[in-house]
Amino acid sequence: MTPSLVLAIAGGALIAAGVYMLLERSLMRILLGVMLAGNGVNLLFLVAAGPAGLAPIIGEPRDEIADPLPQAMVLTAIVIALATSAFLLAMSYRSFQLEGHDEVADDVEDSIVRRRAQADLSSEAHVEPTSGGDDDTESGGRLVLDEEGDDEPEPTETAQGEEPGEAEVARRPEVREPGERLGERPGDGQGDR
Amino acid sequence: MDLANLVPVPVLLPLLAAGVTLGLARRPGAQRVVSASTLALNAVLALVLCLAADRMGPIVLWVGSWPDGTGIVLVADRLSALMVLVSSIVTALVVIFPSRRDIADSAEGAPVSVFHPTFLVLTAGVANAFLAGDLFNLFVGFEILLFASYVLIMLGATKERVRAGSTYVVVSVVSSTLFLLAISIVYGATGTVSFAQLPERLAALDPGLQLTIQLLLLVVFGIKAAVFPLQAWLPDSYPTAPASVTAVFAGLLTKVGVFAIIRLQTILFPESPLTDLLLVAAILTMLLGILGALAQGEIKRLLSFTLVSHIGYMLLGVALGTEAGLAGAIFYIVHHILVQTALFIVVGLIERVGGSTSLSRLGGLAAVPLLAALYLVPALNLGGIPPFSGFIGKVALIDGALETGSPLALVAVIAGVATSLLTLIAVIRVWQRAFWQDRAESEERKLSLRVLPRIWVVAASALVGITVSLTVLAGPLTDYAARAAHDIRDGAYHVAVEEAQP
Repeated sequence: MTPSLVLAIAGGALIAAGVYMLLERSLMRILLGVMLAGNGVNLLFLVAAGPAGLAPIIGEPRDEIADPLPQAMVLTAIVIALATSAFLLAMSYRSFQLEGHDEVADDVEDSIVRRRAQADLSSEAHVEPTSGGDDDTESGGRLVLDEEGDDEPEPTETAQGEEPGEAEVARRPEVREPGERLGERPGDGQGDR
Repeated sequence: MDLANLVPVPVLLPLLAAGVTLGLARRPGAQRVVSASTLALNAVLALVLCLAADRMGPIVLWVGSWPDGTGIVLVADRLSALMVLVSSIVTALVVIFPSRRDIADSAEGAPVSVFHPTFLVLTAGVANAFLAGDLFNLFVGFEILLFASYVLIMLGATKERVRAGSTYVVVSVVSSTLFLLAISIVYGATGTVSFAQLPERLAALDPGLQLTIQLLLLVVFGIKAAVFPLQAWLPDSYPTAPASVTAVFAGLLTKVGVFAIIRLQTILFPESPLTDLLLVAAILTMLLGILGALAQGEIKRLLSFTLVSHIGYMLLGVALGTEAGLAGAIFYIVHHILVQTALFIVVGLIERVGGSTSLSRLGGLAAVPLLAALYLVPALNLGGIPPFSGFIGKVALIDGALETGSPLALVAVIAGVATSLLTLIAVIRVWQRAFWQDRAESEERKLSLRVLPRIWVVAASALVGITVSLTVLAGPLTDYAARAAHDIRDGAYHVAVEEAQP
């Protein structure tokens, strides 16, 4: 079997373009990338199918018909790609509805952990052995960090464990935890980059 | 009746019920009854299938009896029948939990009626992936479960969930595209996608091409299974979904990936175990996963990281390429599906009782002894404390690794033991802080299980009870796993498929 070089190159080019688009943050571009790459892969199936032939219908001579199996697979893949595109479109629209753009944002909890590490704080799961009942002042540091929204270590955090008053202020009931779902609160600082 | 006709039932039954529940969209009560009873029936039939596969060897059905092997083949060998059984038990128990409040996540007008149909489709997809007898049907199974999971992970479409879901969807779509690419290469090179015919034809290929195909498929399944370095999407996307959804995802979806890796390594490429590569991946998955877990201050994220970490154990068993390693991995998959699901379900209960899953806001939950017991038992089990099944599974894997005696396997054993200890630290921190520290909040919140529907407590207790019962059933189960591993290496699969061909 001699595979068609043109089809293979076209498939490769489509996949390369698709991968390039996939690396973007905007969901619309990702969608375009997915569609390009998917079509590239479908072309590769046609390469795998071998030379063209008669339509694969019972009654045609067996060795002159085209291989029907890759066609069935490509059809399935096309249907799935259609569903994927529809879903990604809906997702991108919803994202636009909620945040005014369709870019995939960073994870909130992730950035909290990262900032704590940069500020040289202990993990939130960690319990200070000396501080007894007030060990949860760490959350004070966490809230301050999140409200400031920058990467600089806060001076107050060095005092954690020793200033229960500070911690009391920080955990007033109306101050909500950033890890909770703040989905509905406008401007909680995560989406407006 | 021919038992082979039972093979497609775990796929068809939930799909049918999904249609029915969609018709009942306006009657949530009826939806719940239909899906719970369907999944219960499904679990019973899966048990029959599992026992039959154990007694008679692989059960094969060529769907539609097309001549010359052109049709789709479904195969229930010991391994896949066991997987179907465990997954159907898990789904039958978890389907009890979702409530309107959880699913909608405080978004007004969220479409809660889609939960049950989607959940049933997910079950069908998982079963299809387990039973598939060729690469393309495996792909279709993956797509069914992925599409259902896209919907479930974004239920209610709140801001947080759309963000988390976007990552998940994009990563999954990329892995699907890669899978399709791999299938086209396999078909172009060999002219078949059937698991029964592939090993022979793959072995005849150029070694470089063989390795390309194997690595490409490993990447695809590695993304699904969240193996290092392809694991980063998981802790980002799982924790925001409703607790019951996360529970099923954590229990089942990654294990489908591990299952596919087992199929790939044992059936398609039995001569090329890639032991060193996979062992390194397993070691790094274990260690990096658990170190990530230690840094988390939110229980669901912490558990997601332990999930990644423990995938490493299963990969370790597969990487060894020996029968003992494989048997250990199979036992560990069963143990881990049940334990991880139970833990996430219990965290869902903690969230309802304590009002949060953040460690700095929880406290004093020890006032609710039943909840404390429900958390502590699976947590110790995950950490590998004897006599629970986590200990038995880890010992089996470590035994298997020591048998091979290679230096890298020894490193893996050390990493495994360290991971086990670090897991214990992570889950005990949760225990210490959520259950025993003083409650920080000034608001008076009465801690009681009364806020939960009674059936939740019963179902969660049943799930935890099953994880404990694995200790009692460990003997028969390890024997079964050993027989399943022997089957796989013995080529029973190939023979059964050929014999059944119409």
